[in-house]
Amino acid sequence: MGATPEIAVIDDLINKRLDELLPQKLESLLQAREDSKTPSMAIIATRGTLDWAYPPFILGSTAAALGWDVSIFFTFYGLNLLKKDVSDLKVSPLGNPGMPMKMPFGPQWFKGINWNIPNLIQAGVPGFETVATALMQKTIANNGVATIEELRSLSQEADVKFIACQMTVELFGFSHDDFISGVDYAGAATFLPVAQTADVALFM
Amino acid sequence: MNFDKELDARGLNCPLPILRAKKALAEMQTGQVLKIISTDPGSVKDFVAFAKQTGNELLSSGENNKEFEFFMKRK
Repeated sequence: MGATPEIAVIDDLINKRLDELLPQKLESLLQAREDSKTPSMAIIATRGTLDWAYPPFILGSTAAALGWDVSIFFTFYGLNLLKKDVSDLKVSPLGNPGMPMKMPFGPQWFKGINWNIPNLIQAGVPGFETVATALMQKTIANNGVATIEELRSLSQEADVKFIACQMTVELFGFSHDDFISGVDYAGAATFLPVAQTADVALFM
Repeated sequence: MNFDKELDARGLNCPLPILRAKKALAEMQTGQVLKIISTDPGSVKDFVAFAKQTGNELLSSGENNKEFEFFMKRK
């Protein structure tokens, strides 16, 4: 049985009115949901050098300070960033042409010189990396930049979640005792759902 | 301007001034004012963004002799 002509007219009016009202209503509902949602970030940290130790901890601690939920998943060489002692993290200028080689001491003109040292020498001179790392550490201290240890503990204090990849822990022959406390051990299946709902997901 | 607490972030670089400010604010009461002094030029924009994200009000931001001064009201 079809609708009577009167009902058809009413339906038509309702539909027209709904078309006008719904978009506004939805817009404000979505906006309210957006405003009340805690932003979240998921980072994968894969590098284990002094320079690459900074991005995950700087972004992680800062996002936490902004009130975001943060998870950092450490895998492969990134596991080094969770070791109890991170004072042995190194930086290598070898094959890293973007890295300025400047001295952190002496007069200003001397500090300004960018020492262009050929890869062959960097690779051949024993201890070159150790010297470059010591210079970098000095530069970091001179500039009031936090140490990795400091940023890491600030991150933990601010409830940044640290998840270590259990597969790489075993692959590299580490044990949980090698790492700081407060770390969860899990796999890709744990990380992916976290990343799925994160507003920001970064691979480092 | 009156303030309830002062944070000396001189010589600290990104992201330490923000992290220290967050910590200081957490120990304060709603409506109290935190004065922050920093020497990091990046902190000028960062404190604006921090205020916007966290809802703590940035009452003022100024420069004085290469030092930056912020007054922030706890949410």
